Amino acid sequence: MTSMTRARRAARSAERNRDLSLLVAVLLALLGAALTVVYFMALQAGAAPRLADLAYERLPGTGVQNPVTAVLLNYRAYDTLMELAVLLAALLGIWSLGPAAPGFQRSGAVLAGMVSWVVPLLIVTGGYLLWVGGYAPGGAFQAGALLGAAGVIVRLAGDPRAGLPGEAAQRWLLVAGVLVFTLVGLGLMVFGAGFLTYPPKIAKWLILAIEMAATVAIGVALAAAYVGGRPPGPQARPTAEDEDALSATEPAAENTPAPSP
Amino acid sequence: MSQLTLLIVFDGVLLVTLLALGFAAVLSPEPRRAVMLFIAFGLWLSLVWARLKAPDVALAEAAIGAGLGGALMLAAARRAARSSARTDGGDET
Amino acid sequence: MLTAQFLYGGAGLVLFALGLWSFLVHEPLLRKIIALNITGAGVFHVLIAIAYRGDVAPPDPVPHALVLTGIVVAVSATALALMLGARLQDAEEEDRRR
Repeated sequence: MTSMTRARRAARSAERNRDLSLLVAVLLALLGAALTVVYFMALQAGAAPRLADLAYERLPGTGVQNPVTAVLLNYRAYDTLMELAVLLAALLGIWSLGPAAPGFQRSGAVLAGMVSWVVPLLIVTGGYLLWVGGYAPGGAFQAGALLGAAGVIVRLAGDPRAGLPGEAAQRWLLVAGVLVFTLVGLGLMVFGAGFLTYPPKIAKWLILAIEMAATVAIGVALAAAYVGGRPPGPQARPTAEDEDALSATEPAAENTPAPSP
Repeated sequence: MSQLTLLIVFDGVLLVTLLALGFAAVLSPEPRRAVMLFIAFGLWLSLVWARLKAPDVALAEAAIGAGLGGALMLAAARRAARSSARTDGGDET
Repeated sequence: MLTAQFLYGGAGLVLFALGLWSFLVHEPLLRKIIALNITGAGVFHVLIAIAYRGDVAPPDPVPHALVLTGIVVAVSATALALMLGARLQDAEEEDRRR
């Protein structure tokens, strides 16, 4: 009896849910159509004066030749500074949720061998992208992403801390981006220019310094986000003797998360 | 075929595949499959952005959006699968 | 007006609506997060389409920089949301075990 009414109620609520999701779909389709019409009309109206021309015109004074890097680190440097702060805030949120999960087992020989090839390659490519960002596609974000990817791979191969240093050092690396950015801005203020208004002569080197710090901060933040919690403290961390014991035992081949052929 | 029609066909293939991957990622109920499709979507999206002359953004999307975002989501999907297996073993109401 | 601009921007709007629909309709947290990411991808796509100015003119770098910033912010928000979801799940499991 009760089970029957419960089943009927469940069926009725499922029906209501289906009606509701249909309604949502119709409303969103209408919204999409309206947006498309507006977008079409906006394109028909022709090109209004754009920032692009101004951006290209002023490019020689920015210290870089890649217009996107010029926008990110010169014209709209505030934007990038705040974006690094957002990344830092997100990581603080993740750390505040508690300690990290223990991570994966130590990898077998094949995966470990691959990791020892891929990770240095990723770091070198990151450095290349950072340098090339001045005049070609690339820059701090892409380079930082590669460093973060290297951290993810190291964690997948069994290092619970994704190759990152201890917590105190990690904190410094994480704030490096915001710190260098703000210090450069304030330094420029002291020397008479506006906050983050670079003099064209040294703009290139200031931008490079900021980008290097930002790359490290982004890479560490992304890898730490993948670790997913506060790094394990010194007492929880396996001691050197434990590590030796671990590596001395047979590699745990039966449970390694290596892809099957 | 002229070059212009070829380019339009190319655009069409790019966009239809992009939308198909997006629909597939959103509609798939199985978490791991949805994440895989989302990664494929992100990589395809970076291809489309390279076509639109945005190589900087395409690089960032391939590395950050598809790569790192996908890795984070895969970890979450694994956790979800393990936890649902645990609850299925216990009392399922 | 460029046809490519309209086509690619329209695809971005479709992705936006699709992601929003999935976010509202689907229950599991992971699906909601994927849906939000697709919504964001739609917005980025519209911006990139607007920045495209044909084969001859160079593209507008300002929307490109905005999208680059947006991608990093979206990933950090995704990471935070996933970790919050994991903690929520742990708490629920603990309750159930009690």
